[in-house]
Amino acid sequence: MRKMMWVICAIMLLQMTAPAVIWAAGGGATEIVVVADTRVVNNAAERYFADLYNTDITMFAVWCTVLTAVYGCLLGFLMDFLMSKTGLDLKSRKIIEH
Amino acid sequence: MDWLYLYMPIAGVKIFWPGLVLIGFSVGTIGGFFGMGGAWMVTPGLNILGFPMAFAIGTDMAHIAGKSMISTMRHSKFGNVDYKLGLIMLIGTMFGIEVGAQLIMYLERLGNVGSVVRWVYVFFLALISWMVFYDYFKATSKKAKSEGGAKGITWYETLHKIKIPPMVHFKAAGFTCSMWLPVFISFLTGILAGFLGIGGGLLRMPALVYMIGCPTHIAVGTDLFEVMISGLYGAFTYAVKGRIELVAVFVMLTGAAIGAQIGTVATKYAQGYGIRLAFGIAVVCCMISIILKEFKFNTLAAVLILGTIGLICLYIIKIMFVGAAQELREKAKNSNIAKNPV
Repeated sequence: MRKMMWVICAIMLLQMTAPAVIWAAGGGATEIVVVADTRVVNNAAERYFADLYNTDITMFAVWCTVLTAVYGCLLGFLMDFLMSKTGLDLKSRKIIEH
Repeated sequence: MDWLYLYMPIAGVKIFWPGLVLIGFSVGTIGGFFGMGGAWMVTPGLNILGFPMAFAIGTDMAHIAGKSMISTMRHSKFGNVDYKLGLIMLIGTMFGIEVGAQLIMYLERLGNVGSVVRWVYVFFLALISWMVFYDYFKATSKKAKSEGGAKGITWYETLHKIKIPPMVHFKAAGFTCSMWLPVFISFLTGILAGFLGIGGGLLRMPALVYMIGCPTHIAVGTDLFEVMISGLYGAFTYAVKGRIELVAVFVMLTGAAIGAQIGTVATKYAQGYGIRLAFGIAVVCCMISIILKEFKFNTLAAVLILGTIGLICLYIIKIMFVGAAQELREKAKNSNIAKNPV
């Protein structure tokens, strides 16, 4: 039984890897370049980020990371404040177990 | 009904924004409860809403970072985050992700890598779900036999016997072990996360429980702390590759902020084994959906994954509201007794 399982596993592995090895001679696809269409954006902030995306992608990445972190923190503090108004005990739990 | 659609300037598509809020809310709830980012849930959802796949993954990554930040803040109030353990594990995770990514690059050079990755993913999901259910039934059968504390899989007890210095005490998690144990385990989960292209919460959460010996609640909080840091890194790299839609991230985060509170507070009222069992069911559904996807049943896979998200979300909301109502009733009763002692 165990022997048969090993055989099935080996066949499955072969099935998965064989096409990959055969296609290894093929070339990779070229990377697709995406350009933000600023002609249809009216909002000033959106236009700024769309322009930044087209001209300076590293700066855009820095903005994305910083803004995500800042907005996450802001929402965290806001929700913390709102939850404290519910009257629930949010600092301890009764159920402690492994 | 045009106001229900928001133009995404970078992806160049119009998206039904209440759908984004709903996805954010659901993933916030589930992520806060299980301690994971939930990339496996968001990506198909965004793809269905109309995002191209590459944008769905990048946007998902940034959203996960922000959402984990909100959940970590709430979990840390409960004392559920062991920062020392989280930071130590970060070393192993970072190196592991890099090794996993290099493995992918190697396989990519050989040819079609997608199928290999999917089957490795299925194997690990099957292993995790087996572990979770085996552990649950072992613990409940032990509990039925004796009234003592029920324990399921205790591999961590054997691993804690390894005394390679330096030995470190983790105060919040409540155990002492060799520093190399969390580093090594996180290195392994990091390799898999890098190889499979996921945040890693799906693998790290059970590893923290079964191999490192964390109580379930601490595992959830500490894992979210790690997801937060790796998510921010992921957001940066995807943004450099130009595959992030910032407007969608912000809309989703607004929904996630509410969901994260519900999911995190629900852990207060849920038994550790209840969390693990629901986690196991989620993993099984995720595994079936990947198998369906492999055999090109894409619609069925999306329906299954979104249906699972909806049902688990409702289950968590129920736990939170029933628990909170009971707590508030008890509080009112106690204050009445204090005011009118008989």
